[in-house]
Amino acid sequence: MIIKGRVWVYSDNVDTDVIIPARYLNTSDSKELAKHCMEDIDESFAKEVKNGDIIVAGYNFGSGSSREHAPIAIKASGVACVIAKSFSRIFYRNAFNIGLPILESNVVDELEKSDEIEVDTKKGQIKVLKNGKVFESSVIPEFMQRLIESGGLFNYAKEILKV
Amino acid sequence: MGMTISQKILANKANKDEVKPGEIVMADVDLTFANDITAPIAIDFVKRLGVDVFDKGKVALIPDHFTPNKDINSANQCKIMRDFVMERNLPNYWETGEVGIEHALLPEQGYIKPGMLIVGADSHTCTHGALGAFATGMGSTDLGFAFATGKSWFRVPESIKFIYKGKRKKWVVGKDLILYTIGKIGVAGALYKSMEFTGDAIRELPMEDRLTMCNMAVEAGAKNGIVEPDEITVEYLKERGIENDQYGILKSDADAEYSSLIEIDVSNIEPQVAFPHLPSNAKGISEIKDDIKINQAFIGSCTNGRISDLREAAKVLKGKKVAKYVRLIIIPATVQVYRQALKEGLFDVFLDAGAVISTPTCGPCLGGYMGILADGEVCVSTSNRNFVGRMGSKKAFVYLSSPAVVAASAVAGKIIHPDEVLK
Repeated sequence: MIIKGRVWVYSDNVDTDVIIPARYLNTSDSKELAKHCMEDIDESFAKEVKNGDIIVAGYNFGSGSSREHAPIAIKASGVACVIAKSFSRIFYRNAFNIGLPILESNVVDELEKSDEIEVDTKKGQIKVLKNGKVFESSVIPEFMQRLIESGGLFNYAKEILKV
Repeated sequence: MGMTISQKILANKANKDEVKPGEIVMADVDLTFANDITAPIAIDFVKRLGVDVFDKGKVALIPDHFTPNKDINSANQCKIMRDFVMERNLPNYWETGEVGIEHALLPEQGYIKPGMLIVGADSHTCTHGALGAFATGMGSTDLGFAFATGKSWFRVPESIKFIYKGKRKKWVVGKDLILYTIGKIGVAGALYKSMEFTGDAIRELPMEDRLTMCNMAVEAGAKNGIVEPDEITVEYLKERGIENDQYGILKSDADAEYSSLIEIDVSNIEPQVAFPHLPSNAKGISEIKDDIKINQAFIGSCTNGRISDLREAAKVLKGKKVAKYVRLIIIPATVQVYRQALKEGLFDVFLDAGAVISTPTCGPCLGGYMGILADGEVCVSTSNRNFVGRMGSKKAFVYLSSPAVVAASAVAGKIIHPDEVLK
């Protein structure tokens, strides 16, 4: 998949409490969650985010709570992909499970808000359009690639249970 | 090459002789659970598959976060859980009046045994490693998968061995050891890894302090925290009617591989305070030079809402008064803790001091309700996270510490060492 979009830039340790504060966790409705996405770190995000935008960040993105509402809110905001230097492990699993593409790369160091990048999720390449620099992302483990190929965890469960 | 206790549990449950760090295994889980925030999505997963849960005895649904129902939406989320429990006739469910915070309730009620593989849709599931189980938090979809199949996939983690030596100072508890440790390695210091807590100082550490330490392993990014079972574990289980023929005791091999070894002399550790807005911003209390005035003090949560925590707080609060304009909120983590505290006269101590006591709930820890902070307010809390907006306003400030320090601070109106209040 090729994703071309403008970026929202954040630093290290973006936790799931700022991605979607607990005061909004009394629902699992994705559209409702999207209205408050990133609210405690960037009030402009939910107002200005457009379909196909990309979030780039530093280390340990998605740390803290296991709330799947965090990647759900990001995905429902229209964000096409999240690229961070590293992810907290629960967020990493959750994003895969709900089909939000995520890549590990240092590209954030090269970017400012609203810069454009082009991401080739299959090759794991990220191109910074303003200067043509190309970043490689770390490889997605084989098991997780198979999960994606079988259509996510839900279809995998169907295979196991033969339903 | 030998294996760590974490590797051994994963190997057992994956039906393999040996597993290596980095390897991905599909394993059978012994206990699966979710709460009122995370369960609805997991339940939907099971319903869409059109199957029943894999084993009714191994599924627990615990409405603890926003109960007693804080608003209409929360009530509806709890209803989804309750309807599912009634429809499928699931035995492990606790109604308001019985329910406690999941990570306090499950060990207390004898659900956790050494060697188990446990997944919960809550990041603090790592708490249960204190009993020598491999326990890790996941999201709702992963739990839906586990509810339906009885399985989950795991990347076998590298382990960091923490060796705690020496005698703890007065007032220094498990909370201080873990805040100090996270301060040393950082919030991603154990990312994807297992934190294995060992050493003489751990062997002497009571079970409730071990639960506190493993609880906060996730604040260093860890997949799990774990303590090898010993006499204290056996005794804790015996008190719950679980004899040692009902579980096996696994230990790490002498030649097990660790990604690093970290030695900590606990005799040098003083009561710790983690400053806003990361649990790793830990400082020894004597390093605080300027007064940190507080508006609220909170004692509770899955980290520090157990009976030993309330006893520590009562030691400080006995005969004292909470400072003017300061709110001290105390939330026993379970009904059993609540009743025990009442029986021991701790409630009189708390009420005489001017504290308010709530029914068991996660409540203010995650900014749900029962103690939300206003703009610019400061809270010192026994909970586990001090992120921006965690307890309410994103302009508020949360400091993390032990029950004794929080109690002392409530009396003084500023963050202070317990000895200062008792002298």
